[in-house]
Amino acid sequence: MADIASARSSLQVCDLSQRFGTIQALSHVTLEVREDELLVVLGPTGAGKTTLLRIIAGLQAPDTGRVVMGGDDVTHATPSARDVALVFQNFSLYPRWTVRKNLEFPLRAPGRNLPPDEIRSRVEWAADLLKITGHLDREAVRLSGGEMQRVAIGRAIVRCPRVFLMDEPLSNLDAKLREALRVELVELRRALRTPMVFVTHDQVEALSMADRIAVLSGGRILQLGTPKEIYESPASLEAAVQLGQPAINRIRVRRVDGWWIAQDGTPILKSESVAGGDEMLLGVRPENIEPTGGTHEGRVHIVVDLGATRVLLVHWAGSEFHITTDRTGEFKPGDMIRPRLRHQSAIFWPASAAP
Amino acid sequence: MSFLTLSRIEKTFSDGTRAVQGIDLSVSRGELIVLLGPSGCGKTTTLRMTAGLEIPTAGAVVMDGRDVTRLRPSERDVGMVFQFYALYLYMNVEQNIAFPLQAAGLDSAEIKQRVSAAIERIGLERKRKLYPRQLSGGDQQKVSLARAMVRRPAAYLMDEPLGTLDAGERVSMREFIRSRQIELRVTTLYVTHDQEEAMSLADRIVVMEGGTIRQVGSPAEVYDRPGDLFVASFVGSPSMNCIAGEVIQSEGRTRFVSERGNLEVALPPSHQPGRATLGIRSEHVREDPAGALAGRVTLDEYLGSARNTHIQADFGRIIMRSAAAPGHPAGSLVRFSLDPSRISLFDTVTGMRL
Repeated sequence: MADIASARSSLQVCDLSQRFGTIQALSHVTLEVREDELLVVLGPTGAGKTTLLRIIAGLQAPDTGRVVMGGDDVTHATPSARDVALVFQNFSLYPRWTVRKNLEFPLRAPGRNLPPDEIRSRVEWAADLLKITGHLDREAVRLSGGEMQRVAIGRAIVRCPRVFLMDEPLSNLDAKLREALRVELVELRRALRTPMVFVTHDQVEALSMADRIAVLSGGRILQLGTPKEIYESPASLEAAVQLGQPAINRIRVRRVDGWWIAQDGTPILKSESVAGGDEMLLGVRPENIEPTGGTHEGRVHIVVDLGATRVLLVHWAGSEFHITTDRTGEFKPGDMIRPRLRHQSAIFWPASAAP
Repeated sequence: MSFLTLSRIEKTFSDGTRAVQGIDLSVSRGELIVLLGPSGCGKTTTLRMTAGLEIPTAGAVVMDGRDVTRLRPSERDVGMVFQFYALYLYMNVEQNIAFPLQAAGLDSAEIKQRVSAAIERIGLERKRKLYPRQLSGGDQQKVSLARAMVRRPAAYLMDEPLGTLDAGERVSMREFIRSRQIELRVTTLYVTHDQEEAMSLADRIVVMEGGTIRQVGSPAEVYDRPGDLFVASFVGSPSMNCIAGEVIQSEGRTRFVSERGNLEVALPPSHQPGRATLGIRSEHVREDPAGALAGRVTLDEYLGSARNTHIQADFGRIIMRSAAAPGHPAGSLVRFSLDPSRISLFDTVTGMRL
């Protein structure tokens, strides 16, 4: 029984490719979204995120590949037959309609034939979940941005679709609202138990919301895994720089007498094995460098106080490093410090990887 | 000494909207001030009055000892950058950045050197010969920022200049602005709704809401000692945890007691009895197996370098920030305590810090 339920509401994308003129928007994209999963597709502008979402929604037919929902091949099905709900960055509400009328709209679509009681109860259920019950009789145009996006999400959930597709739904909101809504969305999706594909270029959203992340770049999936897997064990330099802020520090090193040495001769880290090449690109996250305890001096260039943490931009070993610390130490621009990498925190790539 | 002074400035638009309701602000020479607040708080209107793009309904703008309230923008010697980049479409990246320097009559060796340094700093070395239409929105934004910052006007005025950039680009552009500003010491007024951007750039932050100033202070002051409940919730990600309750004095002891549940914190005797709200930052909520407080995890947000654990306790919801590993599955029970030295108290009625 559980298997049937799971098969009914899961989503598979198999070997999807799409070309627009000379641009390969997607190449051989394969992924699965489980029944109970929030999958974030993370990537920069032009990575192919929106194209992927449009193909899943049925707004775009792929050149090759298949889309399977609940075991049915829907690659050539119309958008309405797929029963997916899409939420976009711009809210696309009817501005002069009340919130209630906006929420009722998808339920009054031809062919749905829902009884009025059912429509009313679904609208009120959605409004309650999204905390907009007090606004049901207001015109959409009179709402704030955050309220409008709640209504847009509400319009997606009243339908009880098979899959939610969200295309940067929080990007147009103020930073504070974005923070509040991302927590609400995760809790909402958990309550609804419907798979969700959430597209974003914001790494904080990806890390904090996702059950799994698909890192997309240039139309290819670079890595698919839990936030922790990708953050701590990135498959490639390209995947590593997509997550973490400030971005992971990178420096070219060579092995001399059991040490990894920077180009300018500064010893960076003891080499614990002899495997791999003698010239590598070393990556280390900003929170994995301690500002003190090392052997060679670096100069603090910028100090940024972020409240819970402090970020230092340091010139060290002939390169620029970001170091994230707590706020116990006092640092100011011009200070000389001796950075030290934490044990087993470095990631190595072939020296041929771009720095 | 104050270089830029806004005194009692007000702006009421023709539709009756009171966008700015009598603001006083004094900016020192070379200081970087960030006007921070949600949309509609009056920050952009304040900036535009400083630039000369709006004339105040009342009050005065004084720059370098000169009343400029009614002067045109061109008469104020300010460099402006807005979210909407205005580049010269028929000039390439280099020419765009060089233009204000040529207009100022610098010699060509100096121009060449400054333009190259700016292009390197914004990371567009390989695009120096491209025209605006060949650039992404983010790259155009970088060029417009670099073009403003090769000049050395009396003041820079910036309205969400990083609004269109990706998260990663924002960090590097903030550092570009910060290091240019440290180098040149040009007085800067910078508008944003993003509190992290404000924290990372400002010498002082001006928190605005409803056309008024809520607090002025260094990033650390505003973060550690928010002046009212609005600032406590607006600054910091996540917002400061706020718990409603009461200050009670009995048997010679002063303490805060939560409205619901069993949260109690001893206070110095100087606190007056009455309704109060206790504020504590999520990093000062600590997991503590011997702690008096407990709750169920509703959500555990992994953030890479840290983790925000959302806890439903009997006194309300609270967020605990900790190092990234290990996590807490939703539904599990956690015991925790609050660092008593890091507590803020607010008057529940007025919202003001006690």
